[in-house]
Amino acid sequence: MTRVQVLDARGVARALERMAAELIEHAGDETLLYLVGVQTRGVPLARRLARLIGVKTGHEPPVGALDIALYRDDVGPWRPAHQQPVLRDTELPVGVDDKVVCLVDDVLYTGRTVRAALDTLMDYGRPRAIRLAVLVDRGHRELPIAADFVGRAVPTSRSEDVQVHVQECDGEEGVWIAKEVAG
Amino acid sequence: MSVKPAARLRRKDLVGIDPLSPGEIQLILDTADQMRAIAARPIKKVPALRGKTVVNFFMEASTRTRFSFEVAEKRLSADSLSFSAAASSVSKGETLVDTALNLEAMQPDFIVIRHVHAGAPHQLARILKSSVINAGDGAHEHPTQALLDALTIRLHRGTLEGQVVAIVGDLQHSRVVRSNVLLLARMGATVRVAAPPSLIPLGMEKLGCEVHRRIEDAIAGADVVMMLRIQLERQGRMNFPTVREYYDFFALTPERLKLAKKDCLVMHPGPMNRGVEIDSRVADGPQSVILEQVTNGVAVRMAVLYLLAGGHGEPTAD
Repeated sequence: MTRVQVLDARGVARALERMAAELIEHAGDETLLYLVGVQTRGVPLARRLARLIGVKTGHEPPVGALDIALYRDDVGPWRPAHQQPVLRDTELPVGVDDKVVCLVDDVLYTGRTVRAALDTLMDYGRPRAIRLAVLVDRGHRELPIAADFVGRAVPTSRSEDVQVHVQECDGEEGVWIAKEVAG
Repeated sequence: MSVKPAARLRRKDLVGIDPLSPGEIQLILDTADQMRAIAARPIKKVPALRGKTVVNFFMEASTRTRFSFEVAEKRLSADSLSFSAAASSVSKGETLVDTALNLEAMQPDFIVIRHVHAGAPHQLARILKSSVINAGDGAHEHPTQALLDALTIRLHRGTLEGQVVAIVGDLQHSRVVRSNVLLLARMGATVRVAAPPSLIPLGMEKLGCEVHRRIEDAIAGADVVMMLRIQLERQGRMNFPTVREYYDFFALTPERLKLAKKDCLVMHPGPMNRGVEIDSRVADGPQSVILEQVTNGVAVRMAVLYLLAGGHGEPTAD
């Protein structure tokens, strides 16, 4: 296994800083913003973005957590034998109705997680709009889904593994591309 | 939380508590904890079991358990159909195995079965490709009841480990007590049971519990008191002289409850016989969590269905 770092802690901080600025600019009325992190690593990233937005505008948007396990498309009849994903908390401290919800995730890959997150969110109400912010866009979409705010676009091959580690979950911070070495 | 949850429930069936490891029990309870939140959502339905078919095959009267499974199935978007013995070909003389094979020919993914005979779910689990869930077999096991009781205790106490749980009532005819003793003992609780000697089956202590003949000895200092229904329909055999005498010696009354811990939980799997095994002042009192048990039953059944739907073959790579 070889591991190449593409962002260090400072790189992650800078990317989030820029995404926060873009979110504010794009939002128009930042009091409508609501950041919802996709479990697991989207949640701490959403919290950090909210804090940055709070510092810049004086209004820190609410933060929620979304677990998409029950909405995934890789369980059920298409994959007859697999491990059911562990269920995690969904916490939406305020309602999503009429909010501009920004989904936050660490990596955008096939787009299937985002599809599941959109369906999950729709069951909680009717947001005014839903946006998507990801720290890393690694390409290889399988669904017509695009991110509105991207920290870093990283070209990858499918055989590679993108690892986003955040202090809150992993005790280290950064983005790596890992590749299985043959032999 | 001392028991680490298993990564997955690698089983086709849930026929009892007995085959489950502590880690598997923990996984089911943790999953059920999350399922509870779905009932609080504006749309109480998730697509996790979309396209799955569940047959609720109830060969013995049940309202609570059957409705609970039906609600769980609907909340997970499964298609469910229910039938009872009276309305089926069983009343025309068809054997259990033939009925089950005919049901399976319609390709359901799950069969939830309640049967008067112990071992019926095991027999079906062996011959059917569908997942079989035991919803109560004779006086043998009722695994989802024990799981929902455990979830209720855990929600109030934070853990099962070290809890002193007293179970009082008709031990002879109760499947609830067997599943509960197995589960609670496996998760590190101390279980005491009490009943008149005529309602204590031989070898009860081998399940891993203390056996008492006086309710007072069982509930002294207990964290949880679980009362079992006196099965009045089975009392033709004179297991005790009168219902009145049973109440006098074995019912949970406000006076007896004072022997337990101050914040002791009062539980009952239902249906209750008020004034027989439990006094209404206790059943409706502040320590009663009897209706919470019913609510938690739906979450536990959702968890079992969800985890079993993961299949039992080799996991595919993620």
